[in-house]
Amino acid sequence: MGITRRNFLKGSAAVGAAGAIALKGEPSKAQLKAPELRTKGLQRTTTICPYCAVGCGLVVDTKKGKVVNIEGDTVHPINKGSLCSKGSALIQVANNELRLGKVLYRAPKSDKWEEKSWDWAIGRIARLMKETRDRNFVSQEEVNGQTYTVNRNDGMAMIGAAALDNEECYLLGKFARAMGVGYLEHQARI
Amino acid sequence: MTNHWIDIQHSDVIMCIGSNPAENHPVSFKYIDKAKDNGGKLISVDPRFTRTSAKADMYAQLRPGTDIAFLGGMINYVLNNDLIHKEYVVNYTNAAFLISDDFEFNEGLFSGFDKGSSSYSKESWAYQKDENGMILRDDNLKDPRCVYQLMKKHYSRYTPEKVCDITGTDLNNYLQLVKTFCSTGRPDKSATIMYAMGTTQHTVGTQNVRSYAMLQLLLGNVGIAGGGINALRGESNVQGSTDYAILYHILPGYLKVPTHTNTDLQAYLKKWTPTTDDPQSANWWGNTPKYMVSLLKAYWGEAATAENDFCYDYLPKRSGNYSYIKLMERLQLGGFEGLINMGTNPIVGGPDVQQIAKGLDKLKWMVSVDLWETETSVFWRRPGADPKTIDTEVFLLPAASSIEKEGSISNSGRWAQWRYQAIKPVGDAKSDAAMLDMWVKELKKLYAEDGVFPGPITDLAWDYGHEEEPDIDKVARECNGFFTRDTEVKGKRFKKGEQVPSFAYLKDDGSTVSGNWLYCGSYTEKGNMMKRRGLEDPGGMGAYHNWSWCWPVNRRILYNRASVDLDGKSFNQQKPVISWNRATRKWEGDVPDGGWPPMNEPGTKSPFIMIPEGYGRLFAAGLADGPFPEHYEPVESPVDNCMTAQQCNPAAMIPADFFSDSDKYPYVGSTYRVTEHWQAGAMTRNLPWLVELVPDMFVEIGTTLAKAKGLKNGDMATITSARGAIEARVLVTPRIKPLVVSGKTVEQVGMIWHFGFNGLAKGSSANVLTAAVGDANTGIPESKAFLCDIRKGGMKS
Repeated sequence: MGITRRNFLKGSAAVGAAGAIALKGEPSKAQLKAPELRTKGLQRTTTICPYCAVGCGLVVDTKKGKVVNIEGDTVHPINKGSLCSKGSALIQVANNELRLGKVLYRAPKSDKWEEKSWDWAIGRIARLMKETRDRNFVSQEEVNGQTYTVNRNDGMAMIGAAALDNEECYLLGKFARAMGVGYLEHQARI
Repeated sequence: MTNHWIDIQHSDVIMCIGSNPAENHPVSFKYIDKAKDNGGKLISVDPRFTRTSAKADMYAQLRPGTDIAFLGGMINYVLNNDLIHKEYVVNYTNAAFLISDDFEFNEGLFSGFDKGSSSYSKESWAYQKDENGMILRDDNLKDPRCVYQLMKKHYSRYTPEKVCDITGTDLNNYLQLVKTFCSTGRPDKSATIMYAMGTTQHTVGTQNVRSYAMLQLLLGNVGIAGGGINALRGESNVQGSTDYAILYHILPGYLKVPTHTNTDLQAYLKKWTPTTDDPQSANWWGNTPKYMVSLLKAYWGEAATAENDFCYDYLPKRSGNYSYIKLMERLQLGGFEGLINMGTNPIVGGPDVQQIAKGLDKLKWMVSVDLWETETSVFWRRPGADPKTIDTEVFLLPAASSIEKEGSISNSGRWAQWRYQAIKPVGDAKSDAAMLDMWVKELKKLYAEDGVFPGPITDLAWDYGHEEEPDIDKVARECNGFFTRDTEVKGKRFKKGEQVPSFAYLKDDGSTVSGNWLYCGSYTEKGNMMKRRGLEDPGGMGAYHNWSWCWPVNRRILYNRASVDLDGKSFNQQKPVISWNRATRKWEGDVPDGGWPPMNEPGTKSPFIMIPEGYGRLFAAGLADGPFPEHYEPVESPVDNCMTAQQCNPAAMIPADFFSDSDKYPYVGSTYRVTEHWQAGAMTRNLPWLVELVPDMFVEIGTTLAKAKGLKNGDMATITSARGAIEARVLVTPRIKPLVVSGKTVEQVGMIWHFGFNGLAKGSSANVLTAAVGDANTGIPESKAFLCDIRKGGMKS
């Protein structure tokens, strides 16, 4: 059944009546017959919006491992429950059929993705990183006629991280420097 | 941000310039509205009449890329009419300092310019000093070599008429706005400047920000409630990712990346640890050795010892500029075998993106980590490309979203707030941290067998558990730092393994680890401070010191010791940030910017503690393109610079083969965002609700240009620049008006930059048109001012 303006209004009236009864604190027939509350059994966690950097708080309600609602955190001192159109749509990031759920690989010259396992992909990527580092490692470099120790891997670049958590950024930086990467940049530059 | 979002409510005047918070930071507008309710005035300065402008008390249109002219005129007005906050300017800024007799400015160039290298040598920009190394000063601000007088002379050229001739602003609007903003030099008044990418994406981007800072210093508006200069960060953790230094030139906490000439740790520390002869300067960066050694200990743990320079050798040394534009140039030359993209989409977000896409064709391998199939991850099937000719191996790894993992992010106000995991990652997705963890573990195995210079990897301190997801709590503890042995610091005893309570306790002898000294204090023995949800607000100022944690040391307003007079009394008694309690001899209110007593007492320190001389810099000798901001035209401009013969920023990053044609491309192009989409689009163009709200790429033009080109609302149009062509739906509005510049009418063309060829909603990328020319200091591309043309019909018509 589609929702018409008429039955939508009827629905709100019923909720209003139930609410009025509940306010008196007296159990009533209407309440006993009412279906189980949709909020029953929900797990609630807080989060911070992943879009702009105002840092609005949100609450995430989940049931059986699935997100059922996300809304503004009314306690949060910055947004006090408000959200913009992007923050309000956050549930569609979690529940979205376009989200990647598999490791994808595109072979040279191929025009399509293939699904791969994590083990295979990590093994292959690590091997490629190592080969690149070993082939392009600059131990010493001549600058203006003088030789300097630079211990730098000029074969690879890493970009991106403004969407990562601080702890992830820390690990990313630690990894990049251990790999000798000098070309390390991200959105903050552009 | 020097201040934070909630603090904006305390402003008497808010100037939004190069920003549009009503649309791009909508919830922040709550605090602009509050300020307005309290009688505050909102000024909007923008090439386009935005929704922020619609809510403003005053609106001024300016031509993209002319902020320095606009601000130069304001500085001139303040100095001519003696509207400065004198006590502040004399005691807290370098206005009184004397500058070398060799410093001069002629025809658009400061002294020391070398044409061959397009750069300045800065010897002539130095302070005059006495035989003890103390800077000479004239507190009467009369000496012709003092900063105040040099500044007065420099900006006397920025008359209101000249300014409006350059910016295209209506003279009466300008004068009214300047008068309003510059009335806040009184101690009991505050003004704030809210800026964003409209300010920074220029070849003079850094100097644009400098000009804001100078105006605010002159008016005594830095460090106070409702004051400051506030960068509205566009990504939820771009503050944190910068603090954590995902950039070629810095290490965590803004330590410098070593260069080739820093041959060992001692040479590095000597080069990058500033010194001062002034006993009244805190010179906080004098602590560099403690922070650097603690970082090296965090990276290489037990292997890092005093005997081996704490593994300083393991850090790569840079010998050039590797910033984004340079990185992309090298990519296009085939300089890289591999590229890793983590949550980024450069062939939509970068400048001149067609060239970046061609560069990707030259890679042997590329890894993209994302929630979605981004344009970059499928560059091999972009329109016009033949996959059969592209040899790149491409990996697309599914990442967990923000609610599928735990960790902290830092907002614009520097608040590090914790996010909890609500659900497991969808499908086979994993957090970015998990991927890094797997790579490192695999590489450690490989390098244990053989490899070139394996030490940095085999010795890397990497022990975050053996679960599928690494132990993020442990990472957060390491970022804060802990003691590596039983030790005593400043009379306090600490046990091995104990968390370091604050960066004041970090050491340079290897007894402390800290992954980011700036975040030392975020996770102490009291627990994870970033998780706090306390709503106490004793001062009633909205500082919420018990909500999350902010760097540094939970100080909510930076430079706050400049908010008080020499006795430590708040300049504004109604809105104190801190004040000195004479009885207890303690500061009350916010965490003070250094706990020393007020300036009138012995043992004090100057308030700008991160600057070696201790004073706010009206004259800044550290910049690449001059100690004072000076107006130059954008690299692509329809007019000549009418201020001097120097057309563009002489030190800007401009490729040798760059060309531009203002006859062929006569209109000023600029890019911007809408509320419903975000950055390069993957996070919004794949969400049905948001796609329904804004389904298409569009180009916005004014009514006169539309008429001239025969364009109507909803028509398709092709927009071209020297880099390429795109198509978009036309939106004709009176929001974008032509400007009259030096007597010439200049039309503007505005575009959103969120779109790309992939995803649920597809469209042309505006960054096909933008140029890879960069700011002299940071290398940020000039995406906000370029030349273009527009014609009726799509690209195939």
